[in-house]
Amino acid sequence: MAQLNVNGKSRSCDAEPETPLLWVLREQLGLTGTKYGCGIAQCGACTVHIDGVPTRSCVRPLSTVSATEKIVTIEGLSPDASHVVQKAWDALDVPQCGFCQSGMIMAAVALLKAKPKPSDADIDAAMTNICRCGTYNRVRAAIHLAAGQLQRKAIPITIQTEGGAA
Amino acid sequence: MNAPASTARRFFLQASAASAGGLIIGMHLPALAASEADEINAWVVVQADETVIVRIARSEMGQGTLTGLAQLVAEELECDWVRVRTEYPTPGQNLARKRVWGSFSTGGSRGVRESHDYVRKGGATARLMLVQAAADEWKVATTECTTLKGVVQHKASGRSLSYGKLAGAAAKLTPPAEVKLKDPRDWTLAGKPMKRLDTRGKLDGSQIYGMDLQMPGLLSAAIKDCPVFGGKVKSFDAAAVKAMPGVKLVLQVGESAVAVVADTWWRAKTALDALPIVWDEGVNAAANSTDIAAMLKAGLDAGDAVVGSTQGDALGRIAASARKLEAVYAYPLQNHATMETMNATVRYTPERCEVWTPTQNGEGALAAASEASGLPPAQCEVYKLHLGGGFGRRGAVHDWVRQAVLIAKAMPGTPVKLIWSREEDMQHGRYHPVTQCRLRAGLDAKGKITGLHMRISGQSIIAGIFPQNIKNGLDPVVFQGLSAGGAEGALGYALPDLLIDHAMRNPPVPPGFWRGVNLNQNAIYLECFLDEIAAAAKRDPLELRRELLAGSPKHLAVLNAVAAKAGWGKPAPKGRHRGLAQIMGFGSYVAACAEVSVSKAGDLKIHRIVAATDPGHAVNPQQIQAQVEGSFAYGLSAALFGECTLKNGRIEQSNFGDYPVLKMEHMPAVETIVMPSGGFWGGVGEPTIAVAAPAVLNAIFAATGKRIRELPLRLHSLKA
Repeated sequence: MAQLNVNGKSRSCDAEPETPLLWVLREQLGLTGTKYGCGIAQCGACTVHIDGVPTRSCVRPLSTVSATEKIVTIEGLSPDASHVVQKAWDALDVPQCGFCQSGMIMAAVALLKAKPKPSDADIDAAMTNICRCGTYNRVRAAIHLAAGQLQRKAIPITIQTEGGAA
Repeated sequence: MNAPASTARRFFLQASAASAGGLIIGMHLPALAASEADEINAWVVVQADETVIVRIARSEMGQGTLTGLAQLVAEELECDWVRVRTEYPTPGQNLARKRVWGSFSTGGSRGVRESHDYVRKGGATARLMLVQAAADEWKVATTECTTLKGVVQHKASGRSLSYGKLAGAAAKLTPPAEVKLKDPRDWTLAGKPMKRLDTRGKLDGSQIYGMDLQMPGLLSAAIKDCPVFGGKVKSFDAAAVKAMPGVKLVLQVGESAVAVVADTWWRAKTALDALPIVWDEGVNAAANSTDIAAMLKAGLDAGDAVVGSTQGDALGRIAASARKLEAVYAYPLQNHATMETMNATVRYTPERCEVWTPTQNGEGALAAASEASGLPPAQCEVYKLHLGGGFGRRGAVHDWVRQAVLIAKAMPGTPVKLIWSREEDMQHGRYHPVTQCRLRAGLDAKGKITGLHMRISGQSIIAGIFPQNIKNGLDPVVFQGLSAGGAEGALGYALPDLLIDHAMRNPPVPPGFWRGVNLNQNAIYLECFLDEIAAAAKRDPLELRRELLAGSPKHLAVLNAVAAKAGWGKPAPKGRHRGLAQIMGFGSYVAACAEVSVSKAGDLKIHRIVAATDPGHAVNPQQIQAQVEGSFAYGLSAALFGECTLKNGRIEQSNFGDYPVLKMEHMPAVETIVMPSGGFWGGVGEPTIAVAAPAVLNAIFAATGKRIRELPLRLHSLKA
């Protein structure tokens, strides 16, 4: 019976040592906010924090996580979606289907911790998560908003009618 | 010991397996908030606490249709938007109520454009009934009453009643026979940029997707279908894995697949990976992409082509022209690669088959469940769960539902959740059809087009999915965006001598509707070749298009809008070059201008895209903008990276490692112009994808002089 520290609580789980942390979280601990997208650390949908480090949990065997390492999943980021990154995501209406967004948010939180004022190049380098709906530009804007680098609280829209641009 | 394939569905149950029914205690089924008697009508329920529940028949998969349809209902209902929530009726309920909610199909960018009329009537009818209930209470004429934000008012007497208080009485009234819908110019809620209704659960992990479903006694299944299309299971050695942790059942599914059921999915997958399976690879065992390309190439010259569109004498005019241009383009097979892989949870008993699944067409899933279970549709039910992406994969074909039902049928009473691995999803997609196109044009001495012939050769989606709909060899979907007229996808260019035909060539790979469908490659073929003509005639690509679109004002308007905003005709920033594309599809007019640079080493940077969309009526400009942005991610992912290849009868790609997709670092800035001209209803989820690739390819030509005619781009060097 392995012991894990997840979202501030000690949890025990019954899984083979080679089981990826992702599936322990999802199937043993019922934390389904962390998603399976590829199983080979390519898409980032399974991103969680282990002692603050963004980690692709789909390739992290249970046996390599100790009981003292602090795991934070999307469910543990804030009690009420009030983390500054979650609020920025909400303000800019970032998610479409939303399946990748847990991983996106966890990656963004880690980026902002490492670089509170990230440049676009920093964002390109850190945010390698895959989104098939194509929310990338809103993710970028939301990271800048969370970092206090974006004044407006919405993406501008050009609506043009026969009377001209509105 | 190998199990012969003839003893299909051979399985064993471990002593510990939960094989009997009766385990499902406390399972919460999605249910409608109100019975038929308590709802005002099928679309609207108002609760005593003033909550307004709007029923949504179409599926939400990220495209925002849930919010847009709710806006349309709420606009007519004149309720308080902050009180609105939504719910899905089930396909079984739709069946039982004579399809009161109409079609559940969510594809072809049809969510809003094909149901706006009846959902608005649902809202308007409910409003009239609430007003009638108030007027009856006050004994006044309905014409003296007004409504605002969920309250009926009688200004003359200063009385008012909220919808919540009136709902009970309103529900008992006979609906009015006729309602008048608002003029969209009078909209106050629809037509406005509104935030989505379904965001919160996507910020904290609480949104339940199909893959996340949990219920008491649930088992999980992993599956492997024969990697060669058309192949079958020859044998498999169940005994080799039956003692592995958590394994409950190893079984053959249909003729071509083997599944393992275990207490967790990871254990099921681990055992499946260890399971020895021998395949009968069948007649396609040697099929490969080179042969497909050769077959399509032969189609370019074949005599059996079916005419999709013809006017004048294109071939004669081209033959008689002083100057002729010719080019061959090619578009590959592509996987949808939804972020959430295919999955379904099924509980089967001899009396009832219940399915929980993310689907773009709940009624299609119901039909698949009925067929696979052998139970009539009335004894089946589908509960739609949120989709982790659809893009057409989860609509027309419910192969994963059939598999899940067959698995659950082997364990009556036990709910089983089937999840495809990414590898299974990559190798058993319903692929974007593979086609080639030869374009021939004649030019006169002044550089004007005398005639144009487009010969499309290749795969037909309809032949692969609905073969009964092929009449006289014609698949009309092949000619998407190239129609002589009509509201769906009219070719805007005035080309009096035009021939567009199709030589159907179907490789042994299952095709599917892939977001944007055939509009994607048709726009590349036509818009890039038009650019070739402009270059050959030494014409400005914008001026040439303007001339040809003079009689198509809506096509022209979106093109002019992007040209103006992008600064066409003015110098681009140093090192940057521009390309244009326009098309009409899914009932909307779209155009794009791409701005790119290519380094000497051949590195492409797409800096900026300006895009314009005229969908007629724009229900939610903010969500249209999100769809336009996303369309460039999807379309440019396809253009830059997307290709599935066939080798030895199987798809060679297995995961995002060998099927790369567009990421943040590749994503250009997108400036969206929403320009609703009114008077029609066009879709927005798909049309823009089609202009992404040709605008960029034309910009690459402007930057490098290289004309890329075969996708994906990553196969080509752009080095100077």
